[in-house]
Amino acid sequence: MATFTRRRLAAVALAATTALLGTTACGGGDDKSAADGPITLTVDVFGQFGYDELYKEYMASHPDVKIVERGTGSNLDEYSPKLTQWLAAGKGAGDIVAIEEGLLVEYKANPQNFVNLLDHGAADLKGNFLEWKWNQGLTADGKQLIGLGTDVGGMAMCYRKDLFAKAGLPTDRDAVSKLWPTWQDYIKVGEQFKAKNTGASFLDAATNTFNTILLQSAGNAQGYSYYDTSNNLVVDSNPAVKQAYDTTMDIVDSGLSGKYGSWSEEWVSAFKQSKFATIACPAWMTGVIEGNAGPGAKGKWDIAQVPGNGGNWGGSFLAVPKQSKHQAEAIELAKFLTSAKGQIGAFRAKGPLPSSPQALEDPAIVDSKNAYFSDAPVGKIFATGAKSLKPVYMGPKNQAVRTEVENAVRTVELGQRSPEQGWTDAVNNAKKAAAK
Amino acid sequence: MAVQLDARPPVAPAPPRPSRAARLSRFDTRYSPYLYIAPFFLLFGVFGSYPLIYTFWVSLHDWDLLGAEHTFIGFDNYTQLLADPDFWHSVVNTLGIFVISTVPQLLLALWLANLLNRQLRARTTWRMAVLIPNVTSTAAVAIVFAVLFGREFGMINWLLDLVGVDAIDWKANRFAAWTAISAMVDWRWTGYNALIFLAAMQAIPRDLYESASIDGAGRSRQFWSITVPLLKPTIVFAVIISTIGGLQLFTEPRLFNSGTNAIRGGPLRESQTVTMYMFENAFAPHYNFGYGSAIAWLLFALIAVVAAGNVLLLRRLGGGVRKEGD
Repeated sequence: MATFTRRRLAAVALAATTALLGTTACGGGDDKSAADGPITLTVDVFGQFGYDELYKEYMASHPDVKIVERGTGSNLDEYSPKLTQWLAAGKGAGDIVAIEEGLLVEYKANPQNFVNLLDHGAADLKGNFLEWKWNQGLTADGKQLIGLGTDVGGMAMCYRKDLFAKAGLPTDRDAVSKLWPTWQDYIKVGEQFKAKNTGASFLDAATNTFNTILLQSAGNAQGYSYYDTSNNLVVDSNPAVKQAYDTTMDIVDSGLSGKYGSWSEEWVSAFKQSKFATIACPAWMTGVIEGNAGPGAKGKWDIAQVPGNGGNWGGSFLAVPKQSKHQAEAIELAKFLTSAKGQIGAFRAKGPLPSSPQALEDPAIVDSKNAYFSDAPVGKIFATGAKSLKPVYMGPKNQAVRTEVENAVRTVELGQRSPEQGWTDAVNNAKKAAAK
Repeated sequence: MAVQLDARPPVAPAPPRPSRAARLSRFDTRYSPYLYIAPFFLLFGVFGSYPLIYTFWVSLHDWDLLGAEHTFIGFDNYTQLLADPDFWHSVVNTLGIFVISTVPQLLLALWLANLLNRQLRARTTWRMAVLIPNVTSTAAVAIVFAVLFGREFGMINWLLDLVGVDAIDWKANRFAAWTAISAMVDWRWTGYNALIFLAAMQAIPRDLYESASIDGAGRSRQFWSITVPLLKPTIVFAVIISTIGGLQLFTEPRLFNSGTNAIRGGPLRESQTVTMYMFENAFAPHYNFGYGSAIAWLLFALIAVVAAGNVLLLRRLGGGVRKEGD
């Protein structure tokens, strides 16, 4: 019995040692150089970046590189905590990671996690990006470039022709655009639509529309929303925020919203069952609509001008985390994907609007039509305004503050709060979130 | 107690002058059990208590998840947390969901176990069948239930509509959200607890029931006077396990809410549990690791308190029943 015990003890000790050694080995080694055979570059994305064809092309010209994409189709809420954990843990992140503009500000505050692209010849690429898009990728002191721009928002209003016809409204996109020069006109059209009882709501969710109006009015005014450019929280003193809130309340008050919480299961079902007629759509949203509404709704959607005056919502960057084992190769791939050619390829595949002025002028973009949206001239609709887009500055806790304000809008939409209570909640909770 | 858990192999009476072999044997019987159980404690030390202590260490800091510097702030996170209404809101949610899921669940499991304990045809099949909900993935269950409990396209509201009840917004009504989440938990765990109770029931000597029948006790009288009191240790075990699981509830409420900021459990935090609140603070959108760690520790304390409270409560109840049975 004694020998048995000893043997077992030895086995346990051995197993424990092996486990420990195993962990150390994973942490330490693994810096294979390209000479040892093809290296694998991992690209982490969310939603749809439309890079599949570009990867194929790149791998064909770089036989020593294999590219794997992770996270396709996931939403930002799933993606960003994961990315942050990987960065904090110092391992796990891909060789290239996509970063949305609202989150970029938080990552920029801790630039030590990322390779400084300026040290790798990125300065020469400055002309390939809209100036503000380039500047967004820089840290506050301008000494480090965290990410290269992929797409910008652009703004339009997507609508269902079949539901508009049912409600006796015009269906032609130019005629529809003329219906709503302002948001108040949009509400009037909505009331006409509602009076016809089509069985569908006029719009999907008040939060989507709120974000659109806010970014629009902020862009047209001071160029900032929740934070001013000195990073003071101005949620209660910036007129653009209150104005966007009040306009949204008018929409809610008119009972035009279907109250389908953005990105929820119900929202997706509502697309499939054609339960709403309009949705504010930044360029990247067209891919989302097509994915949610499915092939059955092809040709039933169309794209008109957004009420109000232009605006920008969303847009991402590609960055290379310091923890990447193949930094040089990753930087090269990121440069390729964000080149004018790469951006055109992505636009063709999934619709994200290029941030490269060269790409925006390219006939491949300008003349492009989207078959799903009744052959709408998406290039013309999105690209014409893109070069004059006014960026909106985002402060350090933008995401957390935006969450609070969006939630306040949603409580009013669901009838849980009055518009006044909702505003008080928005301001108080935003302050609390900013202090966390 | 029917089963003696601490039974030990009989030890031979020691001879007046112990030989070397005998001394070795005594050493063996005395100390080798510690070696046998050591692997668990070693592993627990590495993968259990180390993270536990580290979490505590983190909770004493102003710790931005991405930040390079972490300032020591003592118990500031805890003082702030105790005054945080959103935290207490999540505690109430968690306890609410815990009560309305665990109480019916354990009663149902007890009843089910009692049924399965009878002479049934294809007994094993029935017994295994109650475990089926437990082997399905929590994520799948949560997603299916979230769809069933949809405001507009959900089957439950459709059924309610058939009997003339107005649609309920299951996600935006606090109590409705608790009920829906409890339904998920019950669906998954009732069978599992039933099997644990059943195993304990099998260990109750048959002759107790036989003599009870002779004395003229009916089935329900036997159940309350023999089965339940003898099952007490098992019930205590099931209650503690359910307390730990119930207060750590995360997947079901997280997936019940979908869309933007699902981690909040609805715009007014209708179904946000403590673990969800911890996640919201430690990760997106706050990335405040220190605060999140403090929540983790308070949750630990909460579980300990509730578990202890439950055991005390059960002791009293159980004692009462046994007196009746005697």
